[in-house]
Amino acid sequence: MSDKRAICLMVMPSLLIFVGIVFVPIVWTFVYSLYSGMPGFNFQFTGFTNYIEMFRNQHTMDSFRVNWRYIMIVTPLQVSFGLLIALMVHFSVRRNKTLVRTVVFIPTILPAVAVAQMFIKMLALIPNHGLVNALLDLAGLEQFIQPWLGQTSTAFTWLCVMDIWTAVGFHCVIIYGALVDVSEEIIEAARIDGAGRLRLFWNILLPCLKTILVTCLVFSFTGTIKMFESATALTRGGPGHATTSMTMNMYENAFTYNQYGYGSAVAFMILLQCIVVTFIVSKLGREKF
Amino acid sequence: MVKLKKNPLAIAGKILIVIFVLVQVYPIFWIFMSAFKTTEEFSLSASYALPQSIHWQNFIDAWTRGRMNIYFKNSAIVTVVSLVFIVLFSTTSAFALTKMRWKLRGKVMSLFLSGIMVPTAVVLIPLYTIYKGMGILNTYSSLVLTYIAFGLSLSIFLLRGYLTAMPDDMMEAAVIDGANIYQVFTYIVLPLLKTGIVTMLVIQFYFRWNDLMFSMTFISDNTMRTVQTGLLFFSDQYGNRNWGAIFACIAISVTPTLAIYVALNKLVIEGMTAGAVKG
Repeated sequence: MSDKRAICLMVMPSLLIFVGIVFVPIVWTFVYSLYSGMPGFNFQFTGFTNYIEMFRNQHTMDSFRVNWRYIMIVTPLQVSFGLLIALMVHFSVRRNKTLVRTVVFIPTILPAVAVAQMFIKMLALIPNHGLVNALLDLAGLEQFIQPWLGQTSTAFTWLCVMDIWTAVGFHCVIIYGALVDVSEEIIEAARIDGAGRLRLFWNILLPCLKTILVTCLVFSFTGTIKMFESATALTRGGPGHATTSMTMNMYENAFTYNQYGYGSAVAFMILLQCIVVTFIVSKLGREKF
Repeated sequence: MVKLKKNPLAIAGKILIVIFVLVQVYPIFWIFMSAFKTTEEFSLSASYALPQSIHWQNFIDAWTRGRMNIYFKNSAIVTVVSLVFIVLFSTTSAFALTKMRWKLRGKVMSLFLSGIMVPTAVVLIPLYTIYKGMGILNTYSSLVLTYIAFGLSLSIFLLRGYLTAMPDDMMEAAVIDGANIYQVFTYIVLPLLKTGIVTMLVIQFYFRWNDLMFSMTFISDNTMRTVQTGLLFFSDQYGNRNWGAIFACIAISVTPTLAIYVALNKLVIEGMTAGAVKG
């Protein structure tokens, strides 16, 4: 079981393509980030100028702000709604548990573009009212009918709603899986000792679920920090730059304005934030109560 | 549990669950329902109303005028080709990385696994310049190469789980009987790995089929677009005017993913959540 040629033959193709397409470009991005302009055209070594420029560039800073606001809203809500629904499924549904689990997972598997197109139509005002405006009309709440995605104030909220809608089922299924593993005896014992619902949740269930909740947070975070596909498909970053994420800012700088160097610096910052936050969260998760 | 039945909180929970399930599913039902409406129906009746008749014209429009036939073909080719390579590469690598003994094994494994974390945005600019230099922008190769590379980490991770659980006895017996390593892999490991491979295939199908970022960056030629970029493009051009066709486009783009889910939902859920549960 240690035939060198066989090992080479089995590992080399994957390793080559993986290193060439995933790892070399990461290093390459860092190198690019030290240059200004684009390769072959006015490409100059400028050291860390791009990184300093980043903090002065208002659009980039706005995109960081938008992205972090999005992370702070979407990640906790995805996980806590997931937890809430998992608890309800576990404690108040008796039959059809599998059915509920299977159905709530569906949005997770849909393409982001299709989901976004669906929301665009749901929120439409012209030429026809979409589902939301039509239901408001039906409920006699005409004063609330509005172009939901055309306004800075509401576009961001709906983007968050959409991305929570997509991922809640995923977290619900994971947390439900962990909840089933919490032994009935512990819960029963706590009940006999007179623990109320809130205490049961706070002192028994939450500590048992802590590891899985942290994992969910990390998973959700790795999705929300990448914020790109859903926002691109729903609003194109608009109105104005109200829903433009870090990745979209990188994309715009690199592929619209041909600022490869600057775009790479933004990309590298995204990677750094990703590494730092994941590290901190998993560190916190390992600590005991 | 019997006590819970009378509990008002449990009843409230049940009602909330029903509402939640409706919120999760109704929009998808609404898409398919709206895809059968005529243009007049959209302006005359409310958008939650059921279609008056089954109007297939929207699907014909989406398929031909909306170029869904081309996009669908492109997506299918790119997805299937990359899946074939992902299976080939990840099964062999995962096998060599879990069952064979060699020096750098641990390091190579963690290299592959660290790829799960990498945000795709970080590699986009260099990949674009590399592909431009190679002259493969606007070709299937640019997407297939990228999809394979980004599919490997998760696939190897998934397969590792199945391989570690697999007992070594049978492989050892085969080796004693004179089988070489390739025979052991082909006749013993692969058949035992069937569930793992199917799970991995399904997950990878979703990620490749649903990809927007790479296809949007590497493909600008309209005849080479995939379903996701095509849908984005189509909605810009006709989306506001021709509602029926756009609903049909959305319906077409989600049909393969839904069909696979209906058939294999247990495997899908298992595979999609494996990263969180085992990680």
